[in-house]
Amino acid sequence: MPSNLLITNARVVDPSQELDAKLDLLIEDGFVARIDKKIKANVTTIDANGLVVTPGFIDLHTHLREPGQEHKETIASGTRAAVAGGYTAVCAMANTVPPNDERAVTEMIIAEAARNGACRVYPIGAVSRGLEGKELAELADLRQSGCVAVSDDGKPVYNAQLMRRALEYCTMLGMPIVAHEEDANLNEGGVMHEGYYSTLLGMSGIPAASEETLVARDVILAALTKAHVHIAHLSTAGAIAVVRDARKRGVRVTCEVTPHHIALGDDAVQSFSTNLKMNPPLRSTAHREALLEAIADGTVDAIATDHAPHHFDEKNVEFDLAPFGVIGLETAFGVCYDRLVREKVIGLARLIDLLSCGPARTFSLAGGTLKEGSLGDVTIVDLDTRYAVTNTFASKASNSPFIGETLHGRAVMTIVGGAVKYDIRPAPAPAKKSKR
Amino acid sequence: MRTQSSSLKSRHLLGIEPLTPEEITLILDTAEGFKEVSERPVKKVPALRGQLVINLFMEASTRTRVSFEIAEKRLSADTLNFAASGSSVEKGETLIDTAENLMAMHPDMIVIRHKYPGAPKMLADRLPASIINAGDGSHEHPTQALLDAFTIRERIGRLAGVNVSIIGDIAHSRVVRSNIHLLTKMRANVTIAAPPTLIPAEIERMGVRVVNSLDEAIEGADVVMMLRIQLERQGKLSFPSLREYYNTFGLTPERLRRANKDAIVMHPGPMNRGVEIASDVADNAERSVILQQVTNGVAVRMAVLYLLGGAHVAE
Repeated sequence: MPSNLLITNARVVDPSQELDAKLDLLIEDGFVARIDKKIKANVTTIDANGLVVTPGFIDLHTHLREPGQEHKETIASGTRAAVAGGYTAVCAMANTVPPNDERAVTEMIIAEAARNGACRVYPIGAVSRGLEGKELAELADLRQSGCVAVSDDGKPVYNAQLMRRALEYCTMLGMPIVAHEEDANLNEGGVMHEGYYSTLLGMSGIPAASEETLVARDVILAALTKAHVHIAHLSTAGAIAVVRDARKRGVRVTCEVTPHHIALGDDAVQSFSTNLKMNPPLRSTAHREALLEAIADGTVDAIATDHAPHHFDEKNVEFDLAPFGVIGLETAFGVCYDRLVREKVIGLARLIDLLSCGPARTFSLAGGTLKEGSLGDVTIVDLDTRYAVTNTFASKASNSPFIGETLHGRAVMTIVGGAVKYDIRPAPAPAKKSKR
Repeated sequence: MRTQSSSLKSRHLLGIEPLTPEEITLILDTAEGFKEVSERPVKKVPALRGQLVINLFMEASTRTRVSFEIAEKRLSADTLNFAASGSSVEKGETLIDTAENLMAMHPDMIVIRHKYPGAPKMLADRLPASIINAGDGSHEHPTQALLDAFTIRERIGRLAGVNVSIIGDIAHSRVVRSNIHLLTKMRANVTIAAPPTLIPAEIERMGVRVVNSLDEAIEGADVVMMLRIQLERQGKLSFPSLREYYNTFGLTPERLRRANKDAIVMHPGPMNRGVEIASDVADNAERSVILQQVTNGVAVRMAVLYLLGGAHVAE
């Protein structure tokens, strides 16, 4: 694998060094060797004229489903979906079968990713043994074997004492707890956001309060323990307000927002499409506007996909019976560029920050920058391309809420450690005449 | 104002929400013609002769299933009843597989009752047959709203400007949703009443007045429609006890006095006597139109079947 690579004529956008300029980028031995004007090097050269070069995207929230649910996704197929979306690294959630609650599972994931993964895979361990919310998993062992965070994602840690102890313990390990915030008692069989549309459709609702109450609790516990809590897939105005206020007071709370919560509202569920069923659910306009405001004002640290593949058969049932979750890796950039940058909520640099630098900062990961000496993880995007989302994906699954939409902007090349893992650049038009 | 509309735009009846006032009027007018058929010595017309209608009832139903079956038979359709219990559904077959297998036998129409919202639309999106929603979860029950409107029109003479109060488990009722769509489209005034725990979020946006008092709801009403309290909800935090429910929201003769002089009392059935309605009210022949609703159900369903099946074929 060639890990020496020269990218020329690129518009380099790297918020980690406040860079937006026409530059060349040289990668040697898998790392960024130089970033400068007019680099000369006798290595494979990629002409990125007209394209944008950014630090590789990092997804803080991916369900790779392996081990145990390989009919939905595998580490191989999930990472192929990742690089097809411009991601050079994904954080793999712990709710596999068996869950990633011990070293053996973490090591298996790392080994399989090294064998068959198209990008870097950072495992997230479980907070509690068996994700049962009763006793702590071996958090230090998980950390030492390669986990970058811990989470019982899919459900919250209901027991406040267990959450407190986990947070305290993690301060010693220097990793965050990723909190899935949802009080199931308030949901009572809910399948969509509680509001006008759940009333219209006669569906049981998931109130915003279900998320907001637990976010408030965990922010209070983070303040008590001085630990770092990261709120997963934040979806409500109330939770945003709690996080914003806590950060002003210096509490170590970070948060992520998904592309589908940015782009879609609960009115869409009127189609009864099971590809619009996820948890937390699509919210109403007021909540979406609060998310956009928080993205613009810096309250949100990262855009994370919550890529949750399910088999076609599992989704091809009544809305109430379908599992929660949608895929998102392959459409994330186009959706976010469309709804955030083209609609002038934020600029391109802030979007790259949310997709790359922010995630790296939040979980203290390598990458998220093109500074000399950093990982040779690079995403090249074409902002001018338009493409229609079909039901064909690199992912094994096709449960995307964006099928049928036309998106603007797409990753056309993904480079991991200097190796090209994805490349759909159109073949260069043959030169009409050469003067040389 | 009667209209010139002579057919329905869709070949399915998935709910009242997509219908126009003209289409609703067309169905009600058509039902008037069919009501007379049920009073003849030979209660049959050949409108759907040679057509196969499958009644796919995935959830328990007595009134609606029987009413559809009678309507189909009076239109001379061939009918087949499919119930979830004792079928392949119990062996784990999905709804779509069940429906596609039935479709392979070429029915012209499928009447579906299902526990979950959206199930009729799932079939309509995938199958060539006309789909009629006979109740999907808490979403819609369009033929119930149509027969209710037919009954109101028959007794009061109009829908526009009529004060209709609907009382009971609003949150879990498909009947109330279809009725709100229909009555607001036809410019009736709708009030709903229930304990706050049984009022779903933002329902005012559907164009109704919301009150938490039975007396306030009944005051000035022309139509008092009581909804069934699902007994299994007791103890699920919606209200403390059936006793307390009856004391606060049960319809008694004394409370009915607040309504307008000729007000009628309706109930979609099945009734829980002594829970949401006192027998003195339910059996009051002057006020209660509960059995007329059942009679009219057949005529309304004949009209729907005819307009979706027979009328199209006759073109």
